[in-house]
Amino acid sequence: MSTFRRQGDHCVATFAADEVRVLRKVASEVVGLLTDGFDHTDPVVGRLFPDTYPENPGDSAELRQYTEGDLKTGKIDQAGAVLAALPPVTGGEVRLDGEAAEAWLRALNDARLAMGVRLDISADTDLGDELDDAVLHDPTSTRVFQLSVYAYLGYLQESLLTALID
Amino acid sequence: MGGMAAPQVAPVEAPDTQEVPVADRAWVTIVWDDPVNLMSYVTWVFQKLFGYSHEKAEKLMLDVHNKGKAVVSSGARERMEHDASQLHAYGLWATVDRA
Repeated sequence: MSTFRRQGDHCVATFAADEVRVLRKVASEVVGLLTDGFDHTDPVVGRLFPDTYPENPGDSAELRQYTEGDLKTGKIDQAGAVLAALPPVTGGEVRLDGEAAEAWLRALNDARLAMGVRLDISADTDLGDELDDAVLHDPTSTRVFQLSVYAYLGYLQESLLTALID
Repeated sequence: MGGMAAPQVAPVEAPDTQEVPVADRAWVTIVWDDPVNLMSYVTWVFQKLFGYSHEKAEKLMLDVHNKGKAVVSSGARERMEHDASQLHAYGLWATVDRA
């Protein structure tokens, strides 16, 4: 797994081919979720765009009219920042200035939130146990793959944040 | 707050600039605990958005983590709605309520 490190004003990491593929897939899925696939009844959308007034749906809906457009554009842009900075599918270096690094942090977080909802991650979830169980059940399952991706994104986000504030 | 400024024809008592009208601090932004967000990331977001020291940001993050939620800012309603929206942009689960 790749680790970001600080080089002057930049955060730099070298990605293997499979990492590039995974990140491209994950960022594209977030863009899809926010564009053609946008659906307010999807719990992932509910998590990415929480009600500001949970006790008052009317006030939440009214505020949403003013804030949702910008919020959505921002999230699409930050997922786009990931896609834009990725090396070719054969792998290579990613080099992020401060602004791009922050966009990546937000985009990685959005992707983890989306996967967290789909994977039913809760406060009691132990990712290691969860992965072991899934592997025992069926090592070739989608759940094993998605849990591994989720864990990888968390590792990558932590590594980028550490490099950024270094 | 609106109103026209009255021409000052006589020295007036200096207003207490520390005093914020009750209506302007009657709302709070609350961040709720979330099983996905990294503790280091949440701390960083509080520093970034509110200019809090690392110490204060970390304490707030731990309050969110341990108590389930924390008030991260307070003030006028529009200001809190802005804060919540910014927090949503960073993926934090924020709501606005009366103080």
